[in-house]
Amino acid sequence: MNFFRQAWAVAAKDLRSEVRSKETVNASLSFALVILLLFSFAFDPGSDQVREIAGGLLWLVFAFAGTLILNRSFARELVNDCLDALIASPASGAQIFFGKCVANYVLLVIVECICLPIFAVFYNVRWPRQLALLFLVMLLGTWGITVIGTLFSAMTVNLRLRELMLPTLIYPMLIPALMGAIQLSSVLIAGEPLGAENQIWFRLLVAFDVIFTILALALVETVLVG
Amino acid sequence: MSAVAIEGVWKFFGDYPALRDINFTVDGGACLALLGRNGAGKTTLLRILAGLSKAARGSVTILGKDARAEVTRQKIGVLGHGIGVYEELSAYENLRLFARLYGIGDPNKTAREWLERTGLDRVRDGLVREFSRGMRQRLAVARAFLHNPSLLLLDEPFTALDDRAIKVLQDLLKSALQQGRTVIMSTHQLREALELATDVALINRGKLAFRGERTREMAEDPGWLYRHYGEA
Repeated sequence: MNFFRQAWAVAAKDLRSEVRSKETVNASLSFALVILLLFSFAFDPGSDQVREIAGGLLWLVFAFAGTLILNRSFARELVNDCLDALIASPASGAQIFFGKCVANYVLLVIVECICLPIFAVFYNVRWPRQLALLFLVMLLGTWGITVIGTLFSAMTVNLRLRELMLPTLIYPMLIPALMGAIQLSSVLIAGEPLGAENQIWFRLLVAFDVIFTILALALVETVLVG
Repeated sequence: MSAVAIEGVWKFFGDYPALRDINFTVDGGACLALLGRNGAGKTTLLRILAGLSKAARGSVTILGKDARAEVTRQKIGVLGHGIGVYEELSAYENLRLFARLYGIGDPNKTAREWLERTGLDRVRDGLVREFSRGMRQRLAVARAFLHNPSLLLLDEPFTALDDRAIKVLQDLLKSALQQGRTVIMSTHQLREALELATDVALINRGKLAFRGERTREMAEDPGWLYRHYGEA
């Protein structure tokens, strides 16, 4: 319980700061909307081709927009040396990391929930029956992006080129999770039922989330303290 | 048992040895002034003691435990170069957050008490980004002291403080020492530090040049130590 209480204290602090400053959500959301708009110019929204690549477009938007939120996650701790104060406290690296993951996850899901209906409008998507499943895929894929992104945000926090380094490092790591999420989302957006052949992508997403959450929790103390 | 035991500590930045074979102990209830020129290695040593960095070689024991152990961090108060408080939170929210992280039973009450002790109770709901420098410093002092730590690690605590913040910090340090707490502070402000210190350590280019009790000569003539043990 103590683990979650201290992690929640960190998450609540991040969320409260974000509610007041709105710096990352505003930037991330604006960026996501601009990409959605630009993609809609590049492809004919009614074409079969778009239906086939819709999942890919959606997750590209989520991954790009997510990086803006994740980049700030540990960078905001540099102001006034707050990261030192956090690390010096009895909260473990894993608790700080988990708290930050929860805050990033909430912010990312908010951005995605706003983007989803706009995506539906731009690309003529009809998904009332599949929405719950699509939402589940979104939650699973987003957790994968959050865990990897938050860990690498901690690793790159002291680099001068961290804004450039973070996407360079996390996108290759995210390939399995993005492949699973894209595959499942494409099927669901096309209105097709999820057959047995797609179960493996679900399992891949869940396994990715579990494995990388455990790995990140085990490694983050070394990342933060050395 | 010593409150702090440092044995054969080395720290490298690349190939450069920032600390070279540092060995000393600090008894419980002592106030150690950690002196040295800029770049001597004072902050590096304090960061290792605070568990913010690891020694390349050697060991650090604090109150009989590893510096990075949770139970140790519970007993350490750290005031570094940065104030370690969040700009987007109010003074009260900042102290409540750290009270929660330190596992204090009633974080709300503790936060209110420390706001009062540091004279910030009138601005408790004001955001830190709207605070003056002096108010921020007092809040940082409250953050470092609010869990009644047994060991205080202060990195140049008097630098850039206004007179009110210096008074608050000096009173808190005197009270902490009266209660038998241990204080290690690095500083360039020799007069303020040597007034409080019971012990002195001088670091010169990463090596321990002097370790001993503070003498009357040092208090009367703060430059004495550098002339006798510092670099030429």
